[in-house]
Amino acid sequence: MSEHILAAEAKPWRDEMAKPFVRIRGISKFFGDLAAVDDVSLDIYRGELFCLLGGSGCGKSTLLRILAGFETPSAGSIEIDGQDMTGVGANLRPTNMMFQSYALFPHMSVEKNIAYGLLREGVSKSEAMSRTADMLSLVKLDGFARRKPHQLSGGQKQRVALARSLIKQPKLLLLDEPLGALDKKLREETQFELIRIQEDLGVTFIVVTHDQEEAMTLSTRIGVMDAGRIVQVGEPRQIYETPNSKFVADFIGSVNIFDGEVDVAAPDMMRVNTAEGAILCEPLAGLKARQKLHIAVRPERIQLSRAPLELANSMPGMVEEVAYLGNLSIYRVRLEGGQCLKVSAANGLHEENPITWDEPVFVGWSSTASLVLIA
Amino acid sequence: MSGGGKWGRRLVIAVPNIWLILFFMVPFLVVLKISLSEPRIAIPPYAPLWDWVNGALEFNINFDNYAYMWEDSLYINAYLSSLKIAAISTLLALFIGYPMAYYIARSPEPRRSILLLLVVLPFWTSFLLRVYAWIGILKTKGVLNEALLWLGIIDEPLIIMQTNVAVYIGIVYTYLPFLILPLYANLVKLDDTLLEASYDLGASRISSFFRITLPLSMPGIIAGSMLVFIPVIGEYVIPALLGGLNISKTATGRWLRRWRW
Repeated sequence: MSEHILAAEAKPWRDEMAKPFVRIRGISKFFGDLAAVDDVSLDIYRGELFCLLGGSGCGKSTLLRILAGFETPSAGSIEIDGQDMTGVGANLRPTNMMFQSYALFPHMSVEKNIAYGLLREGVSKSEAMSRTADMLSLVKLDGFARRKPHQLSGGQKQRVALARSLIKQPKLLLLDEPLGALDKKLREETQFELIRIQEDLGVTFIVVTHDQEEAMTLSTRIGVMDAGRIVQVGEPRQIYETPNSKFVADFIGSVNIFDGEVDVAAPDMMRVNTAEGAILCEPLAGLKARQKLHIAVRPERIQLSRAPLELANSMPGMVEEVAYLGNLSIYRVRLEGGQCLKVSAANGLHEENPITWDEPVFVGWSSTASLVLIA
Repeated sequence: MSGGGKWGRRLVIAVPNIWLILFFMVPFLVVLKISLSEPRIAIPPYAPLWDWVNGALEFNINFDNYAYMWEDSLYINAYLSSLKIAAISTLLALFIGYPMAYYIARSPEPRRSILLLLVVLPFWTSFLLRVYAWIGILKTKGVLNEALLWLGIIDEPLIIMQTNVAVYIGIVYTYLPFLILPLYANLVKLDDTLLEASYDLGASRISSFFRITLPLSMPGIIAGSMLVFIPVIGEYVIPALLGGLNISKTATGRWLRRWRW
């Protein structure tokens, strides 16, 4: 189906005039004194597959439950497709939810589970059954209509739950850790299946996940949450390449962080003093000497060599550990100042004399690979 | 499996089987034997089922007892009446007990234990004393009537004692915990997200209750109802004390009168 404009291609969030589909305005939720969600504002566009990413207890699930209407926010408002959702119960919202535990009704067959939403809406039985059959083929479960949930595998249950949440053609589908209960291999297959279904139907998805890899694969944009707040929103590439804080850099992928203070902040270069010596970075407007900050360097941006490197930053160190992962190897290199750096390098085929344990080496990276983090 | 394990397994299975044979099957066979013997006014009050007569084994199988059960309609009526009282009591207990079990199961954790304790608390007092206490409440000049008269709700005392209403009140009061406990055990396991899923899919709270909670609590309803229904069929003390002379309505009363016990 191609009639939907794919948000993944149109990228409406880059257009300042584009009208958001879901407007979250200053939402807070307090449980006693504790703010589970703390003043979150967020715009989500039609057809997006938006991931709320964060560790456990960061408030992402609470925010999803507020969107679904299971929790009443302590402050703020939510608008879906121009309609204010304040005071609208979960059963009357144009949203459906796919639960982490799937929450399939154990006493009903697959077919009855999927048709449940339609029948409650007063759709005739024959129409409900034919739409159920369509849904079953969309999730590739033809022939499973009469099974009971306990007769299904984890992956099949997951697809029934997805079909059940999609059958009412919600404007917004909320997915709570949709792949969390699947094993790794099935999870990878299902990720692409989920994207296919989302693009086929053109439904806006909001997915909650703690798995950064899953968020990177699935989403058009990611909202990283910490302690009830959204700390960064952006496309997967932006989040990975230009994290705005130490927390985000550390949470998304792996990273080496140096603490330091600005030594020279010139228009064409910036030097930061750290325990490992001076590190050269790209200049950043508004920074002055003596300002404390962090430098983050991704392991795959660091080069490893037996000879000094012709790069902006080059430091000697000692290989402490090597982990061979097949396509790449992870090295832990102890620098002279005592900090341990994680370096990853692609493995060539039949590499002769690879760098190994207890070898003195040089690590190096360009000034653009030094991410400057103020927070 | 090793030989020792096999014997251990047999032993474990044998213990409950021996118990059941000794205390359920044997007494049942004894009753069956008595039912087929000829009644007598003597000790024991029945003739032997078999006898040695001139070196031959002679059986005297007598179906009079069974015939009598059908001839005297009082027996059948008494039995049907017991079934009816048990059925109505079970239904009443279910209507009162289900909301209580539901409320307890939905309460926050610390309060749940207190509520459960309150449900079983009456068991600390003698059953007989509790039934006698109901006489004090229900009788013509009892607590209930005095209170209603004083409040001006009624002008004349209600006649509750010696009626079926008193019997129902007594039975439901006594057997309610047996219904609440298994039902609570079932309801407390109910996954809240199922109700959220139902609500999310457009069902109202009431519709979710009838489509999700109620069908899923069926095992608890059946277990609780059986625990009330079965003992109430043979209940004697409550009808005797609260239903007064009307105990002729129950099978037990009839039986006791027939044998002048």
